[in-house]
Amino acid sequence: MVEVLYFAWVRERIGVPRETVETSARTVADLVTELRARDPRYDAAFADTSALRVALDQDLSGFDAPLEGVREVAFFPPMTGG
Amino acid sequence: MKIAVQTEPFDFAAETASFGTGGNNVGAVVTFTGIVRDDSGDLEALELEHYPGMTERAIAKITEEAMTRWELADALVIHRHGRLAVGEPIMMVATAARHRVAAFEAAEFLMDYLKSRAPFWKKEHMRSGTAWVAAKDADEDALKRW
Repeated sequence: MVEVLYFAWVRERIGVPRETVETSARTVADLVTELRARDPRYDAAFADTSALRVALDQDLSGFDAPLEGVREVAFFPPMTGG
Repeated sequence: MKIAVQTEPFDFAAETASFGTGGNNVGAVVTFTGIVRDDSGDLEALELEHYPGMTERAIAKITEEAMTRWELADALVIHRHGRLAVGEPIMMVATAARHRVAAFEAAEFLMDYLKSRAPFWKKEHMRSGTAWVAAKDADEDALKRW
């Protein structure tokens, strides 16, 4: 089980800021595939992962990263701070 | 080193009054303030979303790197989130070093990294509607010089 968080337009497109996901996905990319199969909203949000960033337990990571031991996965667009 | 992520405005004068004055080896203090600007003439407010927890962590990591790399005596980052009106300060950084080159460079490094590596997202509220601000390639390219 993993806590999945969404920010900015990803959050708006999916419609929830966070949710607990029951998954046995091995990598972030596998989790994305599972989420996209759920519902057209997820499919649309994850259509182009090159436009997205991912953080695992609050550290920036990549879509090929393994999920083993990870508690929190966050998806968001490139950051625009400063 | 001080890091603050907050909705409320900060007091620039109070923050800088005592900054970098703790030792005898500070010869230079540089400060930068980012302000909400309106390029289109249509902006009502800027809304900043962030990732509580990761934000503080990411800023601390970037600031610690600047402290080590430029041997800073002190560093300060305050970044606001929530809804901000045109003209309001969004964030400030301050660096204290022995020499000005280190203080300036460290402040620029902090700004470049905060823009692309701290989890904030800006949404523009215009009279005509709302839009998320897209990240610029130039901001990502700016990281390469470090």
